[in-house]
Amino acid sequence: MAVMSRIGEKVAPLSRQRALGIFYAVVGFLILILFSRDVQAGDLATLGLNTPRSIEWVKLPDLVLPVLPTVWVLGLITIGLGSYQALRGFQKTGWLLGVVSLAFLSTFLVWAARAGSFSLIGILSASLQLATPILLGALSGVLCERAGVVNIAIEGMMLGAAFTSVLVANVTGDIMLGLAAALATGALLAAWHAVMAIEFKMDQIISGTVINIFATGLTNFLNQRVMQVYQNLNNEMTFPYISQVFPDLAKIPIVGPLLFDQTPIVWLALILLVVIQVALFRTRWGLRTRAVGEHPRAADTLGINVFRVRYTNVILGGMVAGLGGAYFTLGSVGRFDKQMTNGRGFIALAAMIFGNWTPVGSFASSLIFGFTDALQVKLQILIGKVNIPSEFLLMLPYIVTMVVLAGVVGRVMMPAADGQPYKKQ
Amino acid sequence: MAPLLELDSITKQFPGVLANDHISLTLEHGEIHALLGENGAGKTTLMNILYGLYHPDEGKILVRGKEVRISSPDQAIHLGIGMVHQHFMLIPPFTVTENVMLGEEKLKNGVFLDRAAVAERIRAISEQYGLQVDPELRIRDLSVGAQQRVEIVKILYRQADILILDEPTAVLTPEEVEDLFRIIRGLVKRGVSIIFISHKLKEVMAIADRITVLRGGRVVGTTRPAETNSAALARMMVGREVILTVDKKPAEPGDVVLDVENLQVLNDRKQVAVDGVSFQVRAGEILGIAGVQGNGQTELVEALTGLRGITGGRTRILGKETTKATPRQILETGVAHVPEDRQRDGLVLSFPVADNLVLNTYYLPPIATGIVMHRGPILAEAEELVERFDIRTPSVEVPAANLSGGNQQKVIVAREFSRPIKLLIASQPTRGLDVGSIEYIHRQLVERRDNGCAVLLVSPELDEIMSLSDRIAVMYRGKIMDILPAEKATREQVGLLMAGVSA
Ligand SMILES: Nc1ncnc2c1ncn2[C@@H]1O[C@H](COP(=O)(O)OP(=O)(O)O)[C@@H](O)[C@H]1O
Ligand SMILES: [Mg+2]
Repeated sequence: MAVMSRIGEKVAPLSRQRALGIFYAVVGFLILILFSRDVQAGDLATLGLNTPRSIEWVKLPDLVLPVLPTVWVLGLITIGLGSYQALRGFQKTGWLLGVVSLAFLSTFLVWAARAGSFSLIGILSASLQLATPILLGALSGVLCERAGVVNIAIEGMMLGAAFTSVLVANVTGDIMLGLAAALATGALLAAWHAVMAIEFKMDQIISGTVINIFATGLTNFLNQRVMQVYQNLNNEMTFPYISQVFPDLAKIPIVGPLLFDQTPIVWLALILLVVIQVALFRTRWGLRTRAVGEHPRAADTLGINVFRVRYTNVILGGMVAGLGGAYFTLGSVGRFDKQMTNGRGFIALAAMIFGNWTPVGSFASSLIFGFTDALQVKLQILIGKVNIPSEFLLMLPYIVTMVVLAGVVGRVMMPAADGQPYKKQ
Repeated sequence: MAPLLELDSITKQFPGVLANDHISLTLEHGEIHALLGENGAGKTTLMNILYGLYHPDEGKILVRGKEVRISSPDQAIHLGIGMVHQHFMLIPPFTVTENVMLGEEKLKNGVFLDRAAVAERIRAISEQYGLQVDPELRIRDLSVGAQQRVEIVKILYRQADILILDEPTAVLTPEEVEDLFRIIRGLVKRGVSIIFISHKLKEVMAIADRITVLRGGRVVGTTRPAETNSAALARMMVGREVILTVDKKPAEPGDVVLDVENLQVLNDRKQVAVDGVSFQVRAGEILGIAGVQGNGQTELVEALTGLRGITGGRTRILGKETTKATPRQILETGVAHVPEDRQRDGLVLSFPVADNLVLNTYYLPPIATGIVMHRGPILAEAEELVERFDIRTPSVEVPAANLSGGNQQKVIVAREFSRPIKLLIASQPTRGLDVGSIEYIHRQLVERRDNGCAVLLVSPELDEIMSLSDRIAVMYRGKIMDILPAEKATREQVGLLMAGVSA
């Protein structure tokens, strides 16, 4: 064992960390170049810390920043950090990516708001809100895939759950029953997927696709034949925002409008995020789940029931996706609309992959996706001033996530047995 | 006192194979009982039955004199039975601690994993049995030998006193085998009884108290090392006289076929793995490359066959420059390659045997015209090769994965040898094979040589190198230490070179 393959170290390739440093420095230059265009000396950017609703509770002064100095300071800091990373290298680099992305986004916002104003809290609050269904979908994916079952049916599960939640809430007049129906629908569709994938060892992509098609078709049909005909089955039913129940919480500056002027489903999602993150890495359930997703046969030889773990996780995942579905209705507009999930289930899968199959990572990428969504809306308002092609801005989060994947995370850690049916010998 | 473990008339039928045919076996307290048999003899099946992974069709199992039914691994674990599987059952991204505790987790506050406590237990066990296992490391960063020790710790953690080791030495270097034997003896002293599975005669003779030989799913006999010898055991195992030494005529070297000059190759981590290696192989000779695994042999062979880029120096085959050639170009100059990992690099396991047999000629007539492949000629070709190379398979249409290791190797040999070849590069061609298959492969290599083929044989098995080679090159840390004529080389000399000590 004395002679392992660590023989010569003569050829030192340009390391990934170094390349990353260069990339960050380039981002710094981009900040300087892109965001000093069309700026007059003395331009001020006004970033609002209120939302139209929060003004009723407490009014904060706006954040007023001189555009050019901000761009220069943040740009130079980014270049400095990048160069240091390229030449010397930091010990840990995760935070660096955060700082660089933050610098880029801040300068972009300051630049977009030049000679105008822009509600910062508004966009952050909207980002969190829009990230919620993506996060729930991604958590559902984490639960399933960590146990080795690929679930591309999250979209269908969310859609189905969105439908039943409205229907049941209207029929019973009880919104909690609507929520229960959403969870049950997710669980039921997941159980179907589980039986196909685990019991009958069907191709999991096919099984998931079948569920997606089924959910789309059936909800379209029922929407047309039931919801449109009996309009009072599709009345608006939503959970009250936390700010409506606890008005005092909403009065906390910044945090209030950001976190509490939200539907409770946002909070459920955040709680689930913490619970699943901790459970996955610190409890027996988590250890066994990951073992089954990595090497089911090894788990089997230690007396772990692979099938039971997979069934449990897929069904739990279905319930989480169901909660995500309820977000679209009970947590948002209150009524069902055809194909209202609009591909969020698939974005959620991307968020899960970008998040490297971890809840926290999924959350980070959900936030990026949510932020882009929110930005898109704002950009339409600011469109005159932002004359870089909006397509480029929309690509940004994907570029960032790709860099995260390639550089910081380094290797994708997909569960080794993901998507492979387990056969007992 | 009743034996610790008694298997009585165990029978297991797989579709088409009677894997275990009324096998009876006892294990006494504190005994090392070796189970010897060729690949496919039914050893693993028998142990999987004992461990609750398979259910026997007939027969009963008694543990400490009491009849038990073992229908799942956790029942076996409960009875104090632990098994180190032939293919390790470890989860690469997990730490040692996580692997050990899996299935038998220690918790604090009733919810959270108590990694610290388990790590402490592992250190204690590791200390007590001299296992040298660091609980914090991840499995994927460990050497094969260390992984095996983790498997043993897993079993000791569960306080098993019956330890099954299924072909534990197949993946180890000679030094690691010595380590393992020391550990096994230590375990026995502390009251663990061991079933040691192997097909290697020497090892069984060295470690076992009793030896039971299996052949074709049946017990051929039980004996003790003192009452037998390697030749007799080999006869029991194979069922006929076995020639343990290879007899070959002196080599008649011809022209240079492979010419390697100052070759430099990097490994996957971009470090220098082959460092300025030069040698030649002539027609009609076998050049053996000895060396402990991981000294650059893998990278060398990959570079020679075009599978890995060359960063310095040059290679020529039959005078033609091949430094930058693709695998197919190299193959078409008349090179045959028997890869180190036959399941990964040698076969497409899910393909039928027939398709595997034409992997290197599938694009040529008569098998293909243009882009169309013809099933008829493929099958005809395959049938002929199966016949000629004596490949034991139910049909040429079954997936290669269904064949035993020896027969999988024969598929590769058949495919590679059936063309007119000038150079044969064989990397660990007998790894994990049974005596019968080893004998067969060795005969094939010598026959190729006698037909004027240049043979490059890479093997960490010193015996194999010594008995087959005409010249022996020893690799150490990416360099060739020396090249010796075989008739002058001694085991000791080569062994020292393998450890980096030059004469
Ligand atoms: N799961 C299985 N299904 C069908 N046949 C099997 C299975 N496992 C083993 N066999 C067959 O049973 C025989 C004995 O195999 P095995 O116990 O693995 O032998 P050994 O461990 O002695 O090499 C072989 O012919 C093998 O092909
Ligand atoms: Mg075996």
